[in-house]
Amino acid sequence: MAKLTFREDLCKGCGLCVTACPKKILALSKTKLNHKGHAPVECTDPAACVGCASCALMCPDCVITVER
Amino acid sequence: MAIVFQKPKSLTDVPYHYCPGCTHGIVHRLVAEAIDALGIEGKTIGIAPVGCSVMAYDYFKCDMIEASHGRAPAVATGVKRALPDHVVFTYQGDGDLASIGLCETVSTACRGENVTIIFINNAIYGMTGGQMAPTSLIGQVTQTSPYGRDPKTQGMPIRICELLATLDAPAYLERVAVNSVAHVRQAKKAIHKAFQNQVEGKGFSLVEVISTCPTNWGLTPEKACQFVEEKMIPFYPLGCFKDKENGK
Repeated sequence: MAKLTFREDLCKGCGLCVTACPKKILALSKTKLNHKGHAPVECTDPAACVGCASCALMCPDCVITVER
Repeated sequence: MAIVFQKPKSLTDVPYHYCPGCTHGIVHRLVAEAIDALGIEGKTIGIAPVGCSVMAYDYFKCDMIEASHGRAPAVATGVKRALPDHVVFTYQGDGDLASIGLCETVSTACRGENVTIIFINNAIYGMTGGQMAPTSLIGQVTQTSPYGRDPKTQGMPIRICELLATLDAPAYLERVAVNSVAHVRQAKKAIHKAFQNQVEGKGFSLVEVISTCPTNWGLTPEKACQFVEEKMIPFYPLGCFKDKENGK
């Protein structure tokens, strides 16, 4: 059981976390933009998250907090 | 549930001005994590350079000084000598450290000053729009080498770690990358060691971080990480070039 929290307004939509996720459950939003105008990252299947924090390690903007 | 990963305490809440996918943010975080882990936030003084990371003073919670272009190691020397019980680090790019500041870098290393240098090598001048840097790869297309860097007219790229490893005084020189999770973990260890060396009074430590510049390389952040793996690392091999403590 793991929980990801995104500080969406800091996300620049670079997608480095999407590439890093071993479970492939992160994706850039197709429905919304943050106040910077970027499509922020979202978790498509929170139940599948193992809390490895690979996404947070690769995030240049400290968007992701991981709880496990 | 316990928090296993969050923004380090030594970083402010100011959003980075860096381009999307720029790995400066990752290295800032690793530096802040080292400061947190060693519990030295209150006695750390950072020296910001000229380059993309010119506004690094906005992002670290410790005291920061802005140095003129390339002179960060000289400023760090002065600060460290005046306040020897403080931890002093510089954060510099390749245009700053390897070009205009090469003299200060080599001299500071040669004197074995007890400071920590974090050197970001992304093989290009990022802030000024992507001109050729001393570290640009052979054949690399930049604003000032539109036909690719030609060693006949523009010389060969400088490998800073190897250059400084010829000196006797530096205590620790290591080259790491931040293009993948595994490399970020290695980089974290190296940066932590560079700070710990200074706390223990071991002397000059420099960590060269192979970084990306998606904007000026003209690549997506993901492809820029692949470029590091396929083009940068073969020319700039990762590893420890000097570690006096362990007889290297």
